[in-house]
Amino acid sequence: MTLDLSGRTYVIMGVANQRSIAWGIAQALSNAGARLIFTYAGERLAANVQKLADSLDRDDSIVLPCDVTDDAEVEATFQNIQEQVGTIDGVAHCIAFADKDELSGEYLNTTKDGFLTAHHISSYSLTAVAKAARPLMQEGGSILTLTYLGGERVVKNYNVMGVAKASLDASVKYLANDLGKEAIRVNSISAGPIRTLSAKGVADFNDVIQEMEDSAPLKRPVTKEEVGDTALFLMSDLSRGITGEMIHVDGGYNKIGLM
Amino acid sequence: MATTLDRIAKIVTDRLGVDEADIKPEATFKEDLGADSLDVVELVMELEDEFDMEISDEDAEKIATVGDVIQYIESQQ
Repeated sequence: MTLDLSGRTYVIMGVANQRSIAWGIAQALSNAGARLIFTYAGERLAANVQKLADSLDRDDSIVLPCDVTDDAEVEATFQNIQEQVGTIDGVAHCIAFADKDELSGEYLNTTKDGFLTAHHISSYSLTAVAKAARPLMQEGGSILTLTYLGGERVVKNYNVMGVAKASLDASVKYLANDLGKEAIRVNSISAGPIRTLSAKGVADFNDVIQEMEDSAPLKRPVTKEEVGDTALFLMSDLSRGITGEMIHVDGGYNKIGLM
Repeated sequence: MATTLDRIAKIVTDRLGVDEADIKPEATFKEDLGADSLDVVELVMELEDEFDMEISDEDAEKIATVGDVIQYIESQQ
């Protein structure tokens, strides 16, 4: 089924390549007729993101750099977006980072720098983005972020990223409360493991996919297209009564206990 | 049919934007072909797709040159 989002504009932060969940979200929104603004971090991604944006069936996409570790740059990026398009209808925050060395072995060995970096980029950035995007959503909007089960339960090797996701999950609730009176909703999607560049940074990722095939009620991993469709729902008015919520798109894996 | 080297060369040139002539078995990904750590992860994923295989983290870490990739893929087939 399709929803009509024509005339709407969404900011998609964090596309790295064609495998990115952010790209799945972008495709779902674009197919529904939405105009998209992409932000990326680091010059190495610029050409790639531009190429993907150009592959969409429309010519009004905008691609901008935005390093979320720099609050001033986040502010400036959204000001730039405001000057170019006026208002926006939502933001998909698909940004997380932890040093690869932190994503194996024991959580106990997390370094202070590694801890702070993971929290800065993966959790605090949502708050910085919400603050900068707020003036562009005078008539309400929908902010969406991506989380993972590792923030709710212990997931092997996910380590400091799980702790950062727990922080992100709490931020979603507090931001939802702050912004609700302005009709800005804030929600997250907890996607099952998907073979992305980020996921491959977690040690032994291939085993995690196998676990989904063996244990998830749907007996398969989910796809970025499935996450994209749930994002489309959260960005549309169909979800207008939902805020502060986490929706699992994981084939039901989070519901399973001892089997 | 394309040889293993041809298939690898296509992936590496697409990903790293290097000249096909530079893709020799002795070429190292990091020094000779200018790949950063993210490029290496992306290359591993492209190779997994192209050759329909899984490359474990342990094996991926041992890959330094184009020749290592050829040898690894041929050893798995």
